[in-house]
Amino acid sequence: MGLQALFFYIFATVAIASALMVISAKNPVHSVLFLILTFFNAAGLFLLTGAEFLAMILLVVYVGAVAVLFLFVVMMLDVDFAELRSGVMRYAPIGLLVGIVLAVELVVYVGGTAISDTAKSATSLPIPALTERTNTAALGDVLYSNYIYFFQLSGLVLLVAMIGAIVLTLRHRTHVRRQDISTQVARSPETAVKVVNVKPGQGI
Amino acid sequence: MDTFFSTYVWPTLIMVGQSLLLMVALLIYIAYVLLFDRKIWAAVQLRRGPNVVGPWGLFQSFADLLKFVFKEPVIPAGANKGVFLLAPLVAVTLALATWAVIPLADGWVIANINVGILYVFAISSLEVYGIIMGGWASNSKYPFLGALRSAAQMVSYEVSIGFVIVTVLLTVGSLNLTDIVYAQKDGLGTMIGLPNTFLDWNWLALFPMFIIFFISALAETNRPPFDLPEAESELVAGFMVEYGSTPYMMFMLGEYAAIVLMCSLTTILFLGGWLPPVDIAILNWVPGIIWFILKATMVFFMFGLVKAFVPRYRYDQLMRLGWKVFLPLSLAMVVIVAFVLKLTGWA
Repeated sequence: MGLQALFFYIFATVAIASALMVISAKNPVHSVLFLILTFFNAAGLFLLTGAEFLAMILLVVYVGAVAVLFLFVVMMLDVDFAELRSGVMRYAPIGLLVGIVLAVELVVYVGGTAISDTAKSATSLPIPALTERTNTAALGDVLYSNYIYFFQLSGLVLLVAMIGAIVLTLRHRTHVRRQDISTQVARSPETAVKVVNVKPGQGI
Repeated sequence: MDTFFSTYVWPTLIMVGQSLLLMVALLIYIAYVLLFDRKIWAAVQLRRGPNVVGPWGLFQSFADLLKFVFKEPVIPAGANKGVFLLAPLVAVTLALATWAVIPLADGWVIANINVGILYVFAISSLEVYGIIMGGWASNSKYPFLGALRSAAQMVSYEVSIGFVIVTVLLTVGSLNLTDIVYAQKDGLGTMIGLPNTFLDWNWLALFPMFIIFFISALAETNRPPFDLPEAESELVAGFMVEYGSTPYMMFMLGEYAAIVLMCSLTTILFLGGWLPPVDIAILNWVPGIIWFILKATMVFFMFGLVKAFVPRYRYDQLMRLGWKVFLPLSLAMVVIVAFVLKLTGWA
């Protein structure tokens, strides 16, 4: 247990510290880099609780893809930092409110599991031990067998969102010369080269 | 106190020792793979390649190492200093970290984790950060363009690599790299009555995926013909323009560690890992690590040949290949493989 606790405190401390740095760093790119560090440590915490599949998926999806695009956008933005700073006090109450709501939810949840037996039994659903059923297989059971229709439905929602994004940003520019690979490949000497008999002194 | 030593100190020491051993072996292998790469390139162009330092140039990489280390590191005045120096460290650390789960022979693996292949996939998807951070922190135009290109390129080809891995997982039924190798003991060859041979390995059963994985691996590691992030004819040296000395060397080291990793991954996923090509006594007697190194080096030889032969892709061609050719193809293969496995009951 000792090593586990040690790693828990390392991951948790770094996660919280870097989360603080996300909102206090002066440079927005540094903020995103600290956000990535927070994700990374959250993945470490997942690993400690035995949720190895979730930890890896967090890395692949959020850190490996979403945060890259995030970083991409933030790097390209031309942000006026002074203007950004001046708005802090205006938005502070809203941020505080969201924070308080999240904190209250957490407290209610954790407190509820401590007080009520039914809530406690709901959180400790029969999860098979890691040795007999791996995380990946157990998640697959839940997603693809028990809740297949909900899973398909959420996929459909994402598909609609994707199509919406494409429709909003797609524009057909005319007068652009695009490469057409099939016509390039279909070219033959007959269509590409013309043999001209040039008379001397006249040119073409 | 005794239990403290037996439960914490010794396992930690053993772990550190194993990691150091693997790292040193890997670095020496990379040194020679670098030389091998240059020799292949030279041979294709009818040159001799590096042949001055040591017999046949065998110490060339070590001479290069000394040269890089003793040079003065120059940090541009406008650079974001912390991120600038962090970027090569990130690149090399991530590239080496992946090796923790690679089984080099039967049981020769530092961490035999259940989700091994996902770990490799996750860490190699993080490698893009070294490049983006370096490109941005240089505070210069060519590096930034290189970083933007590489971000788009690596994210695009990760998608098809992911689907290729899914097809392998469907046939194997496990995310553990050791299990993936064991599953290749029996396959198409044994199905038609042959003994265990190289025909059982995944490369034959999943042939188009093998090719897609190979090409995507080239793109994922920024190897020619997909080395657009550092295309010297357009971007001087891309994200590495402002780097010199040891930080530059670390970028190169990270790049080659990632390339060798992709070679090993190809070996594990498609070429049967440490299994001998034919199951007969004399080949079984050869240690598994030898087979593994031979196969990985063979894959690297193909990497080297591609670098020497194939001209660089244009950026739009690169994106077209990733999104319009490989993605639909690999997606279709996932469905086909799943159907075949379900209908025949092989899974």
